[in-house]
Amino acid sequence: MSLITTLARMEAVREGRAQPLTTVRHRHLSERPLAFVPLTTAGEAGAPLGALVGTDRDAPRLLIVAQPRDRDLRFAFLAELAEEIQPYLDSYGDEVELEERKETDPETGKKVPVQVELCQDAPQLLVPSAAGVAFVRLLGRSMRFRRTAEQDPETPFPAPARVPLLGRWLTHYGERARVPGSCLLLSLTELLSRHWATGQSNLEDQHLGSLLAWIDPPAGVPGAEAALRAESERDEAGQLRCPPAGPSTDPAFDNKLLAPAMSRYDAARAEAAQGVAGGAARLRLAEAELRGLVESQLRPTWDALWHGVDLLRALPEGTRVADRWKRDRWSYTGHRDRVRAGEPPQPKLDDAVTAAQKLAARETAQAQLDAHEALDDPLVMAGRRLAGEAFAGEVIDVEMAWSDAKVPRPRPLVTIRTEDRPHLAERVKLHRVTADGRAQSGEFAGLADLDDAADLDGAADVDGTADVDGADGSGEGGSGEGGSGEAGGADVVGDPGDTDGPGHALVVRLTGGMGRGKQPEPGTVPEKGDRVCWTLFEHAPRGGPELPDPESTPWTHGGPPDAAAPAQGPQPDPMTEEDYL
Amino acid sequence: MDARALAALAANPGCRRRALLDGAGVDKGALAQALGAPANFGQSQFAHQRGNSFEARVKADGGADLVRLLHERLRDGSEPPGPGSVATPDLTAPGPQGRTARTALALREATEAGRWALLDHPMVSLDVAGSPAFLEPDAVVVHPDGSWTVVEIKSFPMVDGSADPAKVGAAARQSAVYTLALERVASMIGEPGQGGGAAKNGGAAKNGGAAENGGAAETASASVGPAAPAARADSAPVRARVRHQVLLVCPKDFSNLPTAELVDVRKQLAVTRRQLDRLTRIEEIAAALPEGTTFDLRLTDDGRVPTRPMEELTAAVDSVDAAYAPECLSTCELAAHCRTRSRAAGQVEALGRGVRGELGGLTTVDAVLTAAMNGPADKAPTGDPAVDALRRAAALRAEALAARPEAVACR
Amino acid sequence: MIGADPAAAAAHPGRARAGEPFDPSAAAARATEAILHDTLHGADRGVVVDSPPGAGKSTLVVRAARELAAAGRPLMVVAQTNAQVDDLVDRLATADPELPVGRLHSSDPHPYDPVLDGHESVRASAKIADLAGLDIVVSTAAKWAHIKNVEPWRHAIVDEAYQMRSDALLAVAGLFERALFVGDPGQLDPFSVVGADQWAGLSYDPSASAVTTLLAHNPRLPQHRLPVSWRLPASAAPLVSHAFYPYTPFRSGTGHGERRLSFGVASDGSGPDRVLDEAAASGWGLLELPARRTPRTDPEAVAAVAQVVRRLLDRGAVAVSERSDEPQPVAADRIAVGTAHRDQAAAVRAALAGLGVSGVTVDTANRLQGREFDVTVVLHPLSGRPDATAFHLETGRLCVLASRHRQACVVVCRAGVAELLDEHPSTEPVQLGVTVKFPDGWEANHAVLAHLSEHRVSWRP
Repeated sequence: MSLITTLARMEAVREGRAQPLTTVRHRHLSERPLAFVPLTTAGEAGAPLGALVGTDRDAPRLLIVAQPRDRDLRFAFLAELAEEIQPYLDSYGDEVELEERKETDPETGKKVPVQVELCQDAPQLLVPSAAGVAFVRLLGRSMRFRRTAEQDPETPFPAPARVPLLGRWLTHYGERARVPGSCLLLSLTELLSRHWATGQSNLEDQHLGSLLAWIDPPAGVPGAEAALRAESERDEAGQLRCPPAGPSTDPAFDNKLLAPAMSRYDAARAEAAQGVAGGAARLRLAEAELRGLVESQLRPTWDALWHGVDLLRALPEGTRVADRWKRDRWSYTGHRDRVRAGEPPQPKLDDAVTAAQKLAARETAQAQLDAHEALDDPLVMAGRRLAGEAFAGEVIDVEMAWSDAKVPRPRPLVTIRTEDRPHLAERVKLHRVTADGRAQSGEFAGLADLDDAADLDGAADVDGTADVDGADGSGEGGSGEGGSGEAGGADVVGDPGDTDGPGHALVVRLTGGMGRGKQPEPGTVPEKGDRVCWTLFEHAPRGGPELPDPESTPWTHGGPPDAAAPAQGPQPDPMTEEDYL
Repeated sequence: MDARALAALAANPGCRRRALLDGAGVDKGALAQALGAPANFGQSQFAHQRGNSFEARVKADGGADLVRLLHERLRDGSEPPGPGSVATPDLTAPGPQGRTARTALALREATEAGRWALLDHPMVSLDVAGSPAFLEPDAVVVHPDGSWTVVEIKSFPMVDGSADPAKVGAAARQSAVYTLALERVASMIGEPGQGGGAAKNGGAAKNGGAAENGGAAETASASVGPAAPAARADSAPVRARVRHQVLLVCPKDFSNLPTAELVDVRKQLAVTRRQLDRLTRIEEIAAALPEGTTFDLRLTDDGRVPTRPMEELTAAVDSVDAAYAPECLSTCELAAHCRTRSRAAGQVEALGRGVRGELGGLTTVDAVLTAAMNGPADKAPTGDPAVDALRRAAALRAEALAARPEAVACR
Repeated sequence: MIGADPAAAAAHPGRARAGEPFDPSAAAARATEAILHDTLHGADRGVVVDSPPGAGKSTLVVRAARELAAAGRPLMVVAQTNAQVDDLVDRLATADPELPVGRLHSSDPHPYDPVLDGHESVRASAKIADLAGLDIVVSTAAKWAHIKNVEPWRHAIVDEAYQMRSDALLAVAGLFERALFVGDPGQLDPFSVVGADQWAGLSYDPSASAVTTLLAHNPRLPQHRLPVSWRLPASAAPLVSHAFYPYTPFRSGTGHGERRLSFGVASDGSGPDRVLDEAAASGWGLLELPARRTPRTDPEAVAAVAQVVRRLLDRGAVAVSERSDEPQPVAADRIAVGTAHRDQAAAVRAALAGLGVSGVTVDTANRLQGREFDVTVVLHPLSGRPDATAFHLETGRLCVLASRHRQACVVVCRAGVAELLDEHPSTEPVQLGVTVKFPDGWEANHAVLAHLSEHRVSWRP
């Protein structure tokens, strides 16, 4: 945890309520998200017990599996779930706009512009917690290989076509959720804890009720107390007043309420099957009882989820959120296209090239997200400044200069007074956004003498061998320290031992963003008195290199994957006596 | 203490309170209840049933399937076990000591026999802070080469070859405890030149029915010692050894068919060894307690209601230091109590172990906030980098919050 | 599922036979000959060489490259950072001024070390077409990954292969038919800033090291090991070998007494002087400050590090080694300070400047990888910490810090690290199918600490 976040948590302790970690909302929130609150049978992540699902907060659809060990009931649940979710997912598929994209022409091999469809909006799934996201993935895995009667007339348990289709969509959403900053599938606990610091630990923040208790405690109740109640307060019958957000249930609920009700249901079902008088009525009663019980565990979480949505909607959306949401729309559109083209479901395991591509895409997305959040939000930028990855200050001098190339280019030297202590080395690249939103590049050119500042000895120690193309992957971040800037050069400022003074002055040589002429375009060079903020990180980080096609996987990585994969994708999972899902 | 509790010690080895209570065999769950801060632990009967039915299924055919699964995972090119080639010795005996002795005998025999054997729910013991803890692995397989593999059967699934890493980690730590206990047994069997004699003695004990009475423990442990005569010096000595890869058996994907992976537990073994060594220091902790400290709940005669005053009990618990961190909430029954105390004292660890890293000598929330907020106007450095960094953080945070749009000011 | 048992790779040609005195030169030569034989004449597509610290990896790479070139087999060389590429090109050109070497670089400003412009036979370009026909072309993995549509090289050398990620190898492996992979398995592992757990246990996990993937798919490739560290003195090799390479031991190329450190000025009895004397006598010194929880840039520890360096220079340290007949002064450029974090390095730099010291290298473990000095002063990664994190326990970090020196290493540390290690929770998650990496950070830290405690000088500044 960064120091600035630690401080926010401690302020939350003192204030008795959560404190902001951001000044804007950094995630897209759909106007009409679909909420999905699932429960599973304890000890068995794969066996659904029930769910509340829907887009209308006041009228969720309740689905339950009265006897999770019963395959027919389980399959009926999944079919109902598909009925509820799939039309929502499909409903965004036809409203499109046209975008121009470069594609390689298969005949000429040249890149040519083509018009492609991009869905104007995309469906958004909300779940209560990170465990809910994992459950979406698991559901996707279990459903996408199911066979329909049409695909395989022999299959013993044919699934309605929507079931494997929903499996593919949930898989897509589950994978997309691993991309930093993506918003197709979000959990409320992650959303809320991105935007607020509570007076408790990250671990405790995983409890949605407890997290909300800190962010929006009841009037007059300190956050810590409200959170403790949400976490552990029980009624006279020993049941939690705020049930866990799932998908696991509380053992006390299972043992005291659910298990007896399930026994009654089993007994009534047996009687009904044997035609015992009144059996059918008792079965209806028993099922209604189970529905009531499951709903009693789901409804508080459902309401908490929407409460969280309200809190988040009160935050203004960050400027660059829409840019990232557009990538989510591309992702949705791309999957829509693959489904429409009749491609088989996603394989069980990624091949080497796909895995590498996904990793590269996520690393780029992470860098982009970090940059976007900082640029959209002074509070996030404050954290980067504290970490030495950016600095802000007032321009106190501008000196025109030109490069010594044949056609000289403007290379003005801008001196900035700052109290920040960035990790700078000679020629470290710097980035900023101009007042009119354009990107400008520069490089660190050294320290300037400040009349009122002490002599800065560090300047003698400049290390000019910083890796400029970023090939050095050996930063500190790998073990959870998160210091993405740690791979750069030796510092000349930013050492805490260096004394005193209200600040110091840094010289930045502008290297770009001034137009094409010998003279910089008006307004592109900051002026004396301007406040500027430079970052050491790029604002639009590039993706990695193109990787080979899977068919050209090199020998070091096992060669091309097995080409004999069946067109329908992998075989469905075998059905056994007591399987789950 | 069972293996799970022993393995859980590794979650917070710096906690003297936990070491003392566990070492003394105090029921922390009951203690927490009596302190008014019960743990949110408990097992659902569904999970319990599922676990039992899966284990029964795995072992259904006399262990042949399980041994076949193990053999497949070994990938050592050896002959697969044929039909009827897996011995399943009877391990019933009265009392934990009896079962432990019976297990040791069966292990020795199976090792000597040079064939596959499956020991279903054997019992082994481990010395924990001076008294024996009896442990019951799901199964132990004896290989034809005399080596032993611990089998751990869990009901969480392996989907497409991978499983929840936190659960696998917990299973590995638990298995390491069994492995360690088995190593103690193995070290007493099959000393070169001794194996035959030990086996013969073991056989005699069995034939004589010694295992059926409580005295078996004495008999067995006497006969496995290095002093046992080498009666069959002509045969090659059998060297019993415990493999450091355990077999983790889980349901495959969404079925109840078993699948398995070998898990290397060498690291967990090293951890367990040093935890046990540390537990022997409990006496030092106890010696530092005020005279007459006890954690007795003074239960009523029916053993249900604690009658000891809560203040007294709280004082007793607080007389030994805890090292609370939020991770305790999922691993220690007493955590809710320790959390309350930690928060009341304003300890920064209550917000997570990770927050301490940059705070240096500042250990309470108040100290941190005071250091952050009460900087001198001239911003002169204090000489303490933690304080200087906190002041910069507070100033940057305040600056950014002051500049935020009006829309958020309401919160 | 993947990776070989480290013990299985132990068979190598450089091992001393029982009863015979160990001849390091002969052992190293045997290993090198076997490596070159497999590289030039072997049938396998790959050869893997593990090189412990200072075992002559660069020398091997230069030699293999030159022999391949001499055999009429042009090759590409892949290194991981621009600094490594520049260093290699400089070494190649220095070893053979006639050898046509290409330095493929990025299109950024100042893309390579201007030193290379001083070599006549070195050609530098951002375009591969400009370097066509040269015997050897060297670049970073990142740059090579952008090269498309070229005829594959028959041969490649991949340097620092253990620090290369599997996905980086995937991006360049199509450029060559066969390759020599060289690296140090004990240094810092590659990592990813985003989660890669979903691929853990797969043979081609993109976040794993290139060598892990290579060997998972090609388990029968010949694996060699350089058996002798020429850098580490006889006092250091056994500890570093035991703590960080438990299954692949190596020896020092020099014997006890062949390297000596002494001072022209006698000790003033202060902690820094006493620890320097201890380090001069034994190769190791631990300057232990009183136990205290501190922030990373612990001012007392930072000042103590600076003071040790200052005294080392003031006392006129001279080093005797096999490299020269005369004792050589240990000047500032032969001294390094190593830290775990950049802010610590910055604080040490400022403290040294405050004492009027310049020219001493001060850097993090990451950036000291591959470097060599006479004396190193290390701020222990766990000094003053309230807890040990995975970052601080990473064996590679401590290994790098403890293996940069030719003469002696002084570690500055707060007391209490042993207790800190004992209280470290061990609840790591376990991924199925992932080979357990040895040594464990906890064990390695304890091993180093136990050794250092024999050379402890307690000091209250």
